[in-house]
Amino acid sequence: MAMQFYASPEQVQRDRSEYARKGIARGRSAVVLSYEGGILLVAENITTLRKISEIYDRIAFAAVGRYNEFESLRRAGVRMADMTGLTYDRRDVTGRALANAYTQTLGAIFSETQKPYEVEICIAQVGATPDQDELYRIMYDGSALDEPGFMAMGGQAEAISAVLRERHDVNADLPTALALAAEALGSVGGENGQTRTLTAKQLEVAVLDRRRVGRTFRRIADAALLTLLGHESVPDADLGETDAAPPAPADSKPVESAASEDTE
Amino acid sequence: MATGFDPSGRLPDIFLNTGTSSFTQFLSAAAPELLPGRRPLPPGLSAGDAAPHGTTIIAIATAEGVVMAGDRRATMGNLIASRDIKKVHPADSYSLIGIAGTAGIGIELIRLFQVELEHYEKTEGAMLSLDGKANRLAAMVRGNLGAAMQGLAVVPLFAGFDLSPLDSARAGRIFSFDVAGGLYEETGYEAIGSGSLFAKAALKKKYRPGVSTDEAVRLAVEALYDAADDDTATGGPDLTRKIYPVVMTATANGTTRLSEAEITTVAEQVVSGRMENPGG
Repeated sequence: MAMQFYASPEQVQRDRSEYARKGIARGRSAVVLSYEGGILLVAENITTLRKISEIYDRIAFAAVGRYNEFESLRRAGVRMADMTGLTYDRRDVTGRALANAYTQTLGAIFSETQKPYEVEICIAQVGATPDQDELYRIMYDGSALDEPGFMAMGGQAEAISAVLRERHDVNADLPTALALAAEALGSVGGENGQTRTLTAKQLEVAVLDRRRVGRTFRRIADAALLTLLGHESVPDADLGETDAAPPAPADSKPVESAASEDTE
Repeated sequence: MATGFDPSGRLPDIFLNTGTSSFTQFLSAAAPELLPGRRPLPPGLSAGDAAPHGTTIIAIATAEGVVMAGDRRATMGNLIASRDIKKVHPADSYSLIGIAGTAGIGIELIRLFQVELEHYEKTEGAMLSLDGKANRLAAMVRGNLGAAMQGLAVVPLFAGFDLSPLDSARAGRIFSFDVAGGLYEETGYEAIGSGSLFAKAALKKKYRPGVSTDEAVRLAVEALYDAADDDTATGGPDLTRKIYPVVMTATANGTTRLSEAEITTVAEQVVSGRMENPGG
């Protein structure tokens, strides 16, 4: 029989933490910050797999780390929010309840399973004014922090936070806030410690728009994003849709069955 | 709260599974008691007259999309249960749903359908096609068949603006259903509920393909007037209480409900027209 080596609980926890932290630090970063018109969420992301998404009317989700893990957490959040909203009322879905569920879940996964989740997530809830905004950071081990104003997650989050801390202003408009977020994300990762200039193609951007009623989440892409990155403002109506691309075109659909004759 | 399911307070596995993007399918596993079709009813009884019934709903395809209108009456046998019930609602940003039949189950069906569509959008990051939405609704109606057999039948009318239509001239589309979950696409116009025979007869004479939204709103209010004229369960424009039909449109710009002022103007025109000529 193989000999079992003793490992102290402290050692086990340390090893797991280190493993999770390394995994998170490898990925690209994301920042979330309050501005005058709402909450801005920006992730460095060159793929179409999303790191930022809508959870409910005034709540958004941003994550860094391992995609399959935070994707299942995101789905769980949408399910929980929709179920609470259906059973009670839309106003009864809160960011704090979601953050609580996430800390419990990540905490249990961290201490009970072999491999901890390599993720760090942010739950953002937009309020009527910037000081009513709520930002929760939930770590891989289930620890949760309430960080009003701004937060950075992922690889070299410290350095990015330092840029944000110096220049963040809750009364800034959207182009200014976006410029700061892009600059903060670009302040790390260049060769020899140089800064980078991130283009629209490298950024995934969304806002929770304070002034809207109902679903406030808007994804900003393409033309609207280029205009904003050029320090010009975009009218509210052109910010983009809620989180939904239109369905696939109908002309490619077979008429009756995929095997029928009239499919041409 | 959903997290109450698990003693550790963590989200149960069913929440974290990849599973499905359909909210009702998720509910059927996580909390089946929240689905209207899953409640056992005592056998052999008819609950039909014990619950309020909603009546006439009309949908008309226009050049820009669709118009849906519903009267404001709910009845319970010979009594009027409500004078100002709203039976036409937005299903999502491009489609509308109206209900006829047992009001309680209908309202629940609408809420569930709204969450279903929004849930899919959020999970997939894409909207369902209009046919996909109609098929989903048909499945939900089918789930209520047991209750329908015992007098709690509800039938929806679904219409919307198709963002990727086969024929761009026919972007406004209407779907009707039967209690068994049968799904039928309608051309031009459709009405459901007890006054639907009279409303459809009125529309048959007046409807022309490609009507404008404004004309269709007028047609819908006229048709509801005709339904109320001959069907006691359909309410006409209530001038004394200022209660007028709910009229909504779905076009490329999304769904909107006609404002109080707009519908008041149309309803007053229709009523004063009937003062001259009761037959319209």
